[in-house]
Amino acid sequence: MGGRETIRMPGAVASAPDTSSSAGDLTPELIAADQWTDAMVAAAGIPVVEVPFVSVGGGIGSFVTTDYLRIAGVPKEAMRVLGNNETPWSTYEYLTRNSQIPRTERLRSDSASTPDCIWGFPSYAVREALAAKGLKAKLAPLWNVGTEPIFADYYTPKAGQAFATMEKEADRIGYFDYFDKGLVRMVRKRQGGGYFTILTPPDGTSATKRVAYKSRWVHIAVGYPGLKFLDDLQTYRQQYNDYTHVVNAYEPHEGVYEELLRKPGVVVLRGGGIVASRILQRLIDDRDHKGAQTQIHHVFRTYITGAHGPSIFMRRKGGDGWAYQGFNYPKSVWGGQLKSRMRRLEGEERAKLYKTIGGTNTPVRRLWQDQLARGRKEGWYRTHTGEVDSVVPAEAGGTVTRIKTKDGLLELQASYIIDGTGLEADIAEHRLLADLLEHSGAGRNPIGRLDVERTFEVRGTQNGDGRVYASGTATLGGYFPGVDTFLGLQIAAQEIGDDLARQGFGKRIGPLRSTAQWLRWARGKKI
Amino acid sequence: MLPTLMGRIQTRIFVIAVIGGLWALVIGPVLPGGGTTSDKYKAMYGVLLIVGVVGIAWEVIYHALMQFRWEKDWPTLFGLVLGVPEGVVAYLVARSGVLSSTEHISVGAFVVGFGTTWLVTWLWVNGPMRIFTVHWRFRGGRLI
Ligand SMILES: Cc1cc2nc3c(=O)[nH]c(=O)nc-3n(C[C@H](O)[C@H](O)[C@H](O)COP(=O)(O)OP(=O)(O)OC[C@H]3O[C@@H](n4cnc5c(N)ncnc54)[C@H](O)[C@@H]3O)c2cc1C
Repeated sequence: MGGRETIRMPGAVASAPDTSSSAGDLTPELIAADQWTDAMVAAAGIPVVEVPFVSVGGGIGSFVTTDYLRIAGVPKEAMRVLGNNETPWSTYEYLTRNSQIPRTERLRSDSASTPDCIWGFPSYAVREALAAKGLKAKLAPLWNVGTEPIFADYYTPKAGQAFATMEKEADRIGYFDYFDKGLVRMVRKRQGGGYFTILTPPDGTSATKRVAYKSRWVHIAVGYPGLKFLDDLQTYRQQYNDYTHVVNAYEPHEGVYEELLRKPGVVVLRGGGIVASRILQRLIDDRDHKGAQTQIHHVFRTYITGAHGPSIFMRRKGGDGWAYQGFNYPKSVWGGQLKSRMRRLEGEERAKLYKTIGGTNTPVRRLWQDQLARGRKEGWYRTHTGEVDSVVPAEAGGTVTRIKTKDGLLELQASYIIDGTGLEADIAEHRLLADLLEHSGAGRNPIGRLDVERTFEVRGTQNGDGRVYASGTATLGGYFPGVDTFLGLQIAAQEIGDDLARQGFGKRIGPLRSTAQWLRWARGKKI
Repeated sequence: MLPTLMGRIQTRIFVIAVIGGLWALVIGPVLPGGGTTSDKYKAMYGVLLIVGVVGIAWEVIYHALMQFRWEKDWPTLFGLVLGVPEGVVAYLVARSGVLSSTEHISVGAFVVGFGTTWLVTWLWVNGPMRIFTVHWRFRGGRLI
């Protein structure tokens, strides 16, 4: 794969060569073998750290999973988190910031999606109310969460609140005491049971190039394998070597907004999801408050005109091009009817229900509705529907997008094209996941991602008494659809925690432990 | 909490019995109207029994109505507002004579007794319940 075909997530790199000659490196023998013996690792001079449980990724998934285990009574010494970022929220904050959610803006998930608190109580809304100054400011979030989604948009927390509270919880559970920084190259089965996880620590922090973690359990939460560009935009960027006029919403593109303030311009926006909504808000906020005169052409591939779905029991709201939904799946996938229904479906049937409840969508928010209605009325926001045929440079500078619409070919001139589609790359683009598929018996689920059990154990990877678990977007398509969200990661953490408790690692969190631990949490007492 | 049918019924029974039961201890003696404390307690627990039993039928209706909602969710506000129709029906049942303890309950006593119980249990289910179980909210409200 070419280096720029996808926006690479830092840990995913599939093409970095293993050519360092320093001591303690992987040998061709190790790279080729599906199972390693202790002797093979020793012969390569790779030092071994023995620890029962290893979580790979070090993002929000690793954080909430080990948070759950700490609360279930697992000591710090029994776990290691391996990740290539400083904090659990580094990658998330990078992606949200680029896609126009700075700390002061609100996220998409709800009040009870609290990655810092496994109980979801008190919820973000209650905590925001408690911290607010003045009666009106205290009542606002409570009113919002109490009347959503009927009389108000869903309450969602500010990004800053999520980060600050996670930071506090990380400190409380001693997260950084069991975190080791570095890039994880692979997880391989160990002869005799368990696994070796190979970490490449940052340059100069270790005597050897690699360190092996020998563990009975491995948890994999590496986030996005990569974010894909639309093919036609990728072709344009490579062919014309133009990376300034065509950008993806997930990469830094602040320059586009700055340039639009300096000089009136036209933007073509692609995509019909929440990222597109956010980009629109930014463009329109800049019009409203900073004097930008941006003209917006919004290109939908499918234009949704109203409620849609297979039956009166399954109809999603929609209009003006968008499909409307509070969260990325219908709310009951995180605990209600759809969660319990999906849990019982296999193969084709499961894939079908995924199709029905999936698809690109965005929440209805009053601000967004008002902004777009104004834009339509005043003529600076226009929508187009069709398949993009090609993108080429315009003679006068900028770009031309050719779209096949039902009325024929349409040409849109624009200074900038912003891709807000957020397509995810195939899991095999992630080196570690590819290795798992190739060497450790992992397989794919009905929609092509990592096949996991209801317990989030990766099917086919058992080794003696060892188990591999995975959570996050790599496991979409399994028995639980809400995987790539805070709450979904916590639901996975609970399944994994309970499964580990059955194997004697940590305790099941029953009512007594739950209550006692909540009291500690509420008082900020370290564990 | 996003309920399933089983979860609704289990949560209803648990919350009415435990939280409603405890609340009745507090509110029973101070119910308006005449009668001895013992009569008031009997009336209060009689009302709880009615709300619990009739409630199972209500939960089946709510579950059916929920099927028209795309998200299969049940907004927090519904839980509060539905106290009105449920209260009216429970009052009629209470006065109908099925239970001798509630047959002569006054409107005032019913409104205070039922109304505060409804509010307390609604607040409980939407908040502190989560302290005692980390599984309940992910299982559609099922406790077992
Ligand atoms: C723009 C955006 C907004 C979102 N908003 C919300 C929201 O409002 N609410 C919500 O609930 N969810 C939201 N999500 C979805 C999801 O909750 C987050 O993406 C979350 O960060 C996922 O956690 P994760 O652990 O799966 O991945 P991450 O948090 O990305 O963590 C994975 C980590 O693994 C590291 N890694 C990868 N490969 C390796 C390797 N080989 N070695 C070492 N480390 C590696 C990565 O660098 C990364 O730090 C949003 C997602 C995006 C993109």
